Amino acid sequence: MKFGVIVFPGSNCDIDCFHAVKDALGRDVEYIWHDDKELDGFDCIILPGGFSYGDYLRCGAVARFSRIMEAVKAHAASGKLVIGICNGFQILTEAGLLPGALVRNKNLKFICDTVPLRVETTDTPFTSLYKKGEIINIPIAHGEGNYVVDEETLRKMKENGQIVFSYVDNPNGSMENIAGVCNEQRNVLGMMPHPERVCEEILGNTDGLRLFESIVTALEGRR
Amino acid sequence: MSKPYEAVGLTEQEYKKIVETLGREPNELELNMYGVMWSEHCSYKHSRALFRHFPTTGKRVLQGPGENAGIIDIGDNLAIVMKIESHNHPSAVEPYQGAATGVGGIIRDIFAMGARPIAILDSLRFGDIENSERVKYLVDGVVAGIAGYGNCIGIPTVAGEVGFHNSYNGNPLVNAMCVGIIEHDKIFRGNASGVGNSVMYVGAATGRDGMGGASFASVELTEESEEKKSAVQVGDPFMEKLLLEACLELLETGSIVGLQDLGAAGLTSACCETAARGEGGMEIDVLKVPRREKGMLPVEVMISESQERMLLIVEKGREDEVKSIVEKWGLHAVTIGKVTGNGRLVVKEGDKIVADVPACSLDSSGAPKYYREYEEPGYYRELKQLDLESIPEPGDYNKTMMDLLTSPNLCSKEWVYRQYDHMVRTSTVVKPGSDAAVMRIRGTKKGIALTTDCNSRFCYLDPRAGSAIAVTEAARNLVCSGAIPLAVTDGLNFGSPEKPDRFWQFREAVIGIGEACRELDTQVISGNVSFYNETETQAIYPTPIIGMVGLIEDIDKHCTMHFKDEGDIVILLGETRNELGGSEYLSRIHGLEKGTVPRLNFGLEKKLQAFILSAIDKGLLKSAHDVSDGGLAIALAECCMEKELGVKVKLESQLRTDAVLFSESQSRFVVSCSPEALAELEQAMAQQEVPYRVLGKVAGKELVIDINDKNVIALNVKDIKEAWRGAFECLMN
Repeated sequence: MKFGVIVFPGSNCDIDCFHAVKDALGRDVEYIWHDDKELDGFDCIILPGGFSYGDYLRCGAVARFSRIMEAVKAHAASGKLVIGICNGFQILTEAGLLPGALVRNKNLKFICDTVPLRVETTDTPFTSLYKKGEIINIPIAHGEGNYVVDEETLRKMKENGQIVFSYVDNPNGSMENIAGVCNEQRNVLGMMPHPERVCEEILGNTDGLRLFESIVTALEGRR
Repeated sequence: MSKPYEAVGLTEQEYKKIVETLGREPNELELNMYGVMWSEHCSYKHSRALFRHFPTTGKRVLQGPGENAGIIDIGDNLAIVMKIESHNHPSAVEPYQGAATGVGGIIRDIFAMGARPIAILDSLRFGDIENSERVKYLVDGVVAGIAGYGNCIGIPTVAGEVGFHNSYNGNPLVNAMCVGIIEHDKIFRGNASGVGNSVMYVGAATGRDGMGGASFASVELTEESEEKKSAVQVGDPFMEKLLLEACLELLETGSIVGLQDLGAAGLTSACCETAARGEGGMEIDVLKVPRREKGMLPVEVMISESQERMLLIVEKGREDEVKSIVEKWGLHAVTIGKVTGNGRLVVKEGDKIVADVPACSLDSSGAPKYYREYEEPGYYRELKQLDLESIPEPGDYNKTMMDLLTSPNLCSKEWVYRQYDHMVRTSTVVKPGSDAAVMRIRGTKKGIALTTDCNSRFCYLDPRAGSAIAVTEAARNLVCSGAIPLAVTDGLNFGSPEKPDRFWQFREAVIGIGEACRELDTQVISGNVSFYNETETQAIYPTPIIGMVGLIEDIDKHCTMHFKDEGDIVILLGETRNELGGSEYLSRIHGLEKGTVPRLNFGLEKKLQAFILSAIDKGLLKSAHDVSDGGLAIALAECCMEKELGVKVKLESQLRTDAVLFSESQSRFVVSCSPEALAELEQAMAQQEVPYRVLGKVAGKELVIDINDKNVIALNVKDIKEAWRGAFECLMN
């Protein structure tokens, strides 16, 4: 089982994701350069947080044209796992792998804080080890995490149970308090909060580790 | 008409010195190069002579002042690289970019040493936020600028301070500190060694932004300063992220001999400083320098302060290797010249020589050095007079407490640090809002604690004592985390050195810092001087900001300031005296800024710091917090906030009630321990003759303080927390 963390120019949570998988989870992980073409041999791809290409345009709008994104799309289409965290989530929505978009926080400021989230569904390979309705504490750190989506898509997402995490106290103005969503096939997850930041007791709590452990459970079950 | 040398900020005498050095009149380019390099900002011409007061060598010091940043050994082949720098004047006229580029500049200083930057701290001072829209605008812009740069480049902003006082009305202070980590054998220096080696330029193209920024920083702010916005650079944190990663990768190849960031005075400074530290000479061609605009003159290329640029000294023959790594990161590297051994900095425009000067005559070794006149200001003795008898005690201490907790200086700064990504790189163990930030060093058991500190009211009333207090308080902050204080980087912010009373403040402060650093065995390894922080009407309060790093050998033993559990015993270490002089209480509640600042007893201070460290190491303490601004009552309230735990305190005292609560006597700590640990702790305190008093217990939901069996404070912790947390946002809106 191998995880891959994509490094875009301007990624800055790549190292955090790498160490969460390697040190806290104890699994194989490699960095993948944005200009690479192949994702052979990887089971779960992580698009990390950061400011890809400076995010001087819409967040993620440039990164989606990186060469590796074709491979990410193929990886997702084959049913393998993809998780986009923060900027990674923004890139996945720009790339059309997830519905909706992330716009500026309602208060127009960057917000860094540890916030309570509700686990809305455990029926994903990313959340099976949580309890439905459980409140977990995960850090956020973003200026553009305000999730928006058209009414029709939102209705479908609700029907399909695609809303994976929601904020208990909405920090950024997201519709329906949405903090994380998955695609219809449930193998692509995008979330603004950073589970990789809370995988060790010394960092405050380990609520994020169960997300990675869920992935391991899903991948091992598949074999 | 003004003389040409006046236009570049030089005096007639300085001009004569240039003529003497060159044996001829300088041309326009050369004159401009001397102008920026001999500005106070680059040459420290008014301050250098006093630096002998600082202890700068010690067994842990691997690099003292004089390089891009200082380096201190933390054992096991690891070292911490750190420096603080001011960006006051740019932030006064263009707060967002001024602050952002301040952060960008200090980060480059750290990776120019070969280190990986791991933390940013910022120390900010603003004017009267309660009565000035301009101040709110500056706060908003500066905080957003620091956030914009630090968050994007992905280096956590982990600690700092924000203070307010009228003296900063026209001249805010923005000091940014960066901390990096490095292995001993990978330390790089800005040396241009090896005759024939190539000088390469990497990073952003050179534009006309930031023209003469160093000179702009070296004069007082005036009405016209607003028009100097063109002297403020524009930051591109994304470019810097690429530059950082490219440079660190390059250093691994062994092809790099030296590197230097292009900061104040741009190419001029980078060339002459690396040359002076290396073989002594360098030749560059301005036509080869990548440019953002057409038609730039050599002088513009040489003094531009465009951001995100580095100069590399590359082993001859390995230029292509360098280019390919730099290109992988989407940047370009260009050879612009070579290292020579003739001691000259030669600037060419194609084949034509446009400047030719001795390299070391430009940098601080060749710049003039002044011994300024100083004179004790009249206020110094006058303001020492404080008749406490004439000051009425408050009738309602609950109200006084609330007034203090919601005041600009004492309220929570969450509004500020919530905008900074303080967790990225997942090494921040103790987050902002504590005495000090604690960072783990990945792959080891070690941690470091970081803080900045300065009480400028104390420094105004008594610059020598106030500065010594800043050093000791910074050390106390670290000690409360369980860290042994190691080294200092100082950001010295003062008025004009050309005015004897201001220079007296500066001189006193330097002596005070030197004395305290010697006493505490914490060397000054780097720093920055920012003079001319004044407007037509007033100078700032002297503000020598002390950035300090400490070492925690076992990160699992680190301590925090918050009360942990009901039933824990609360103890005050140290002695409380009638020392309301210069206190936050006197200023905020009575509108008085006078009196003698609290006395500092280094013997007691060292004894207490050593005791706290050993008690934390033995696991006897559950919390430790230093008593500083606002005194004991505010310190107790701060300990209650995080877990919303109350405390019941009973005190006996002969002092006035307001002195018991709000005196800012030095060398005091509020600690808590489990009831089981009390006996061992008391025995140790008695044995080591540590003055202490058991204050009471962590209990209930209220902060209750009784003095001589009379209740003076009873406040619901949840209520005060809400008011304290929300106060800053109220000020801003």
